[in-house]
Amino acid sequence: MSEHIDSVKTYVLVFAALICATLATTAVAFVDLGPFSVVVALAIAVCKMLLVALFFMHVRHSTKLTRLVLLGALMWLGILILMTLTDFSTRGALGVPGR
Amino acid sequence: MANQAHEETLALREQFDTEAQQKDASTLGMWIFLVTEIMFFGGMFLAYTIYRSTYPEIFAVCSSSLNVYIGAANTVVLLCSSFTMVLAVRSAQLGRQRAIVFNLILTLALGFVFLGVKAYEWNEKFVEHHIPGPGFHFEGIAQQGPAQLFFSLYFAMTGLHALHMLIGGGILTWLIIRTKQGAFTAEYMTPVDVAGLYWHFVDIIWIFLFPLLYLIDRHLK
Repeated sequence: MSEHIDSVKTYVLVFAALICATLATTAVAFVDLGPFSVVVALAIAVCKMLLVALFFMHVRHSTKLTRLVLLGALMWLGILILMTLTDFSTRGALGVPGR
Repeated sequence: MANQAHEETLALREQFDTEAQQKDASTLGMWIFLVTEIMFFGGMFLAYTIYRSTYPEIFAVCSSSLNVYIGAANTVVLLCSSFTMVLAVRSAQLGRQRAIVFNLILTLALGFVFLGVKAYEWNEKFVEHHIPGPGFHFEGIAQQGPAQLFFSLYFAMTGLHALHMLIGGGILTWLIIRTKQGAFTAEYMTPVDVAGLYWHFVDIIWIFLFPLLYLIDRHLK
């Protein structure tokens, strides 16, 4: 079949990067970065997700349709999170007439 | 090739024109299932985000009671299982049946190590009375309600993740049996490939669960 077969070396490098990122995120958790500790932790998590998706899940060899479906999923997840947080963070910002 | 009758094989069913088309359809189908899973887990992550921002101090104290070293070690175990899974898929692409079985068994074993560690962690929560319910008690805080909320979310999220691992374990067992029966060749290894997608997806969920549950308030303690 005419599919891409990555070398074991590629997978070993990605795996090593994932382990390093896990150690880094654990180590940095003990440093007081204030509100940025969430940002750093999630940034590292997103990098790890991209490594797993692009290399282990072969997204970098995938069809355009699969990539479109994935982008669509991230967009809907964004709508779910943004809309709900907008609601929760602004509740009580305006008075409710009649209450 | 289109509209031409062809002999039906596992790699090329009647309704497809080419093997590549069938392979792409299977992969896309798995991705669409995973998209529904993203939305499913997304709701839980959202609930966690909202309650964490509502009760930041109590969530910080509760989060810091989790054992970060066990959590990190378990993350490494799960990443190792993803690595052996991808090697199994690679072996399948090359049609090396013994290597597929070897890597799948390693993946399954690492998956059970993860679940075993998780069971040990959950048992600790029982011992410490950190199970939401009538017996719940968290030392040193006035409001027990929000603390119960944290542990409810903890058990719901890690529990649902563990359920996915169990289902993954079932799929791996089935794949090992089928591979031993000689079902997969370099021409037809779609089940191994899409099972790999599922396994890596479950790994990605844990990649987000670990920092959110164990790490982000650690520096406050």
